[in-house]
Amino acid sequence: MAQAETNRRSRPKFVAYLVPLGAVVLALAIGAIMLSLLGANPVEGFRAMLDGAFGSGDALIETALKATPLLFVGVGITIAFRANVINIGGEGQMVAGALLATALALALPDLPAVVMLPTVLLAGIVGGAAWGAVPGALKAYYNVNEILSTIMLNVVAVQLMNFLLRGPMIDPGELERGTRIPQTARLQEGADLPLLFGNGRLHIGPLIAVLAAVAAYILLWRTPLGFRVRAVGLSPDAARYAGIPVKRTIVLAMTMSGAMSGLAGAVLVFGSESHRMVTDGSTVGFTGSAGFNGIVAALFGGLHPIWTIPASFMFGGLLVGGIALQRAVQVPSALIMALNGLVVVFVVASDRWKKRLQEQPARVDDTATDGPVLEAVVDDGGGGP
Amino acid sequence: MLEMRGITKRFPGVLANHRVDFTVNAGEVHTLLGENGAGKSTLMKILYGLYQADEGEIFLSGERVEIHSPTDAIAHNIGMIHQHFMLVETLTVAENVALGLPSNRGLRTDLDAVSERIEELAGRYGLAIDPGAVVWQLAVGQRQRVEIIKALYRDAQLLILDEPTAVLTPQEVDQLFVTLRQMTDDGRGLIFISHKLHEVLALSDRITVLRQGTITGQVPVEGATRESLALMMVGRQVKLAPDKPPVEIGEVALEIRGLSVMGDRGDKAVRGLNLEVHAGEILGIAGVSGNGQREMAQAIAGLRQATAGSIRIGGVETTNHTPADVRKNGLAYVTEGRLRDGAIADFSVSENILLIDHTDKRYLKRGLLDFKAIKEHSLRLVDEYAVKTPTIDTPAKNLSGGNIQKMILAREMSGTPTVLVASQPTRGVDIGAAEYIHKRLVQQRAENTAIMMISEDLDEVFALSDRIAVIYEGQIIGIVDRQTATREQIGLMMAGVRPE
Ligand SMILES: Nc1ncnc2c1ncn2[C@@H]1O[C@H](COP(=O)(O)OP(=O)(O)OP(=O)(O)O)[C@@H](O)[C@H]1O
Ligand SMILES: [Mg+2]
Repeated sequence: MAQAETNRRSRPKFVAYLVPLGAVVLALAIGAIMLSLLGANPVEGFRAMLDGAFGSGDALIETALKATPLLFVGVGITIAFRANVINIGGEGQMVAGALLATALALALPDLPAVVMLPTVLLAGIVGGAAWGAVPGALKAYYNVNEILSTIMLNVVAVQLMNFLLRGPMIDPGELERGTRIPQTARLQEGADLPLLFGNGRLHIGPLIAVLAAVAAYILLWRTPLGFRVRAVGLSPDAARYAGIPVKRTIVLAMTMSGAMSGLAGAVLVFGSESHRMVTDGSTVGFTGSAGFNGIVAALFGGLHPIWTIPASFMFGGLLVGGIALQRAVQVPSALIMALNGLVVVFVVASDRWKKRLQEQPARVDDTATDGPVLEAVVDDGGGGP
Repeated sequence: MLEMRGITKRFPGVLANHRVDFTVNAGEVHTLLGENGAGKSTLMKILYGLYQADEGEIFLSGERVEIHSPTDAIAHNIGMIHQHFMLVETLTVAENVALGLPSNRGLRTDLDAVSERIEELAGRYGLAIDPGAVVWQLAVGQRQRVEIIKALYRDAQLLILDEPTAVLTPQEVDQLFVTLRQMTDDGRGLIFISHKLHEVLALSDRITVLRQGTITGQVPVEGATRESLALMMVGRQVKLAPDKPPVEIGEVALEIRGLSVMGDRGDKAVRGLNLEVHAGEILGIAGVSGNGQREMAQAIAGLRQATAGSIRIGGVETTNHTPADVRKNGLAYVTEGRLRDGAIADFSVSENILLIDHTDKRYLKRGLLDFKAIKEHSLRLVDEYAVKTPTIDTPAKNLSGGNIQKMILAREMSGTPTVLVASQPTRGVDIGAAEYIHKRLVQQRAENTAIMMISEDLDEVFALSDRIAVIYEGQIIGIVDRQTATREQIGLMMAGVRPE
């Protein structure tokens, strides 16, 4: 009998990388159907979307700015997930970082510009790190589920922000005028993120984010600490056996993860056009959901810091382009949210196919070991040794 | 009943099976023998639908079949007992057996009926088990029985047993063999894999030898001897006991005083144990598994809390120190839990080797991992210990079972530890590799390492030890000099009879 059908050739590796892209296309196709159902022209809509996201210099800048917090958060999430800690607390960590940084900027208005910016960015890092370290320690030492604790700390951070921005940290002008918008006064100019090209909108935030991604890559695949993080993530038992301090490593990973999100929060404040910290009273009023969307970007990037760079940029484009689409074909904004949701679901679900393409079925033996709980779109990143 | 014809399977960089023809008759035990990485497990996984063959065909009772998944295999009445059990720990035996089966009660399963049938099967095949017991409470041997019952429950006519004896005590092996014989008497066909030649000789009807993916010989058990099988497998004479030059016994390197340790279930696994191991000696720990060996070793390694007593390594108190600290004091520990804590399945071979000394200055350059040095080190160890792997960047999970064990041994024995605790050092490795590991242990001894070797294999204990200590219910109940020890004497002590 013919043996051809069983004769599977191994496919080139890059095919697996195309799967998430295919998932996005599929999600957009469903979006197109939804658009038609609403009586809008999908071709026109998507053209507007593409144009709005990538079609001009301004569009690209807007996309890059939108992608920046996603990239910070995504890189942080990657570090935590690699340690097998499911950090859903990007939102809270962003807020905590932003609050501490803003408070410092308000408290020390006389700091010279050269010291000001590094100080407040560092404060953002510290705030986020603290907000990440707490659930990390709770998990490592008291076995508290980190998904729950990080989500709850999101709520705590947001309420704290609402309280502070309405009370102690509110712009005195808001009180005088009686408008009471929850926002701070304009922060010191020394804390403004420098612009990249003279007087445009593009500040150094995206650049810092890319550098952070590269640093995270080096950390994870080139340093002993990153080696420990990955070992702990894949098998805490084997790590412990080999003498790696498992608990401390978990706390450290969460601290670094939170630090990245904290930096995202600070960059959001000091890179904003109004140069103040603003919210609208809703839970995602300050972050614009970047703390959640960053998780998707990280998954889209295969939990690899370098791949998270284009993934964030794409996802940022989706967000920016969605607004353009809505404007162009006049559909309710809920549709754009649905579209983003579709992309998320498809990307996360596509992981199965990606894995199947990537390797032979896993050996039976390993099902008995403690593999990572989250097997999301993990792809084996960089060149290990 | 089974015929596999021209099976070929390639993995990146390896030809795991090459035009393999393999048959099993009803009522026979057909053994697959071969070195680590010869392709035994691969062939069986193809039969069970876990892998797809690149070429070749499978016939069952003369009819060509396609097996794309374990579900297909089960539908064709094929069962497989994996070396690592696939049971849900928090469910009962009956629930595990019923898992995935259709039920006559709609969405609910009639567990009482399942339990009844389990007891019936258990009675018939001598597989004593309580259907209501929760799996995590069961010992290894009992879990294996659950696996066998699971297969019988699904009416497996052809049963694959991939190294089923590796985790059993000699007594449990005897028991298992009785069960297996009953199954062949019923006309079932069995495929058996083991590296222990005396087991192979005791159980098989036919023996097929695989070498580097190709069949190199097939013999009936009559007329086969350990030597002839070893020769067929390895292609050269294998020394089953190493030469052991006398060495000067040194100071006490490992001193254990009044050690007590809790077991997993909160029981007292080790109770006031005393033991000394000297530099330059191999102390064999004999004993039926489950008498505290694992807990003792883990306490020495800092992986398990000692509730009383003290441990000193090279004269330094290390009781309840962190694993890293204990290692720094000169301990190396070969765990019996290969993929559980010995290695990381998704790490590459070289990352696994680096695991214990990733902070060592030799492998760092300006604070970053020095891949050139790491590569050299890994290549040297892989070469020295004949770890069969396409590259050192291959993930450990793609290695054969025995080669993972060799990789762990290579890592743990690469330095010159003060104390080496080796638990079941040759479990699952082929005889050629066992010979090499024994040679290395003897070499380590010559380098003045104090070696504690925990083994259930009395042959191994007798072949290597200078003194033999017998552990029973968490205590050492006697230590005998190898020169004067007899098997009968050790056997009695293992059963709990104290020497006078
Ligand atoms: N999933 C896989 N991916 C890549 N290579 C594999 C995979 N599974 C097995 N191999 C390779 O195929 C060869 C045969 O492996 P197999 O597990 O069949 O050996 P084995 O005869 O069972 O050895 P052991 O006695 O050590 O268990 C080995 O070289 C192994 O590295
Ligand atoms: Mg095998």
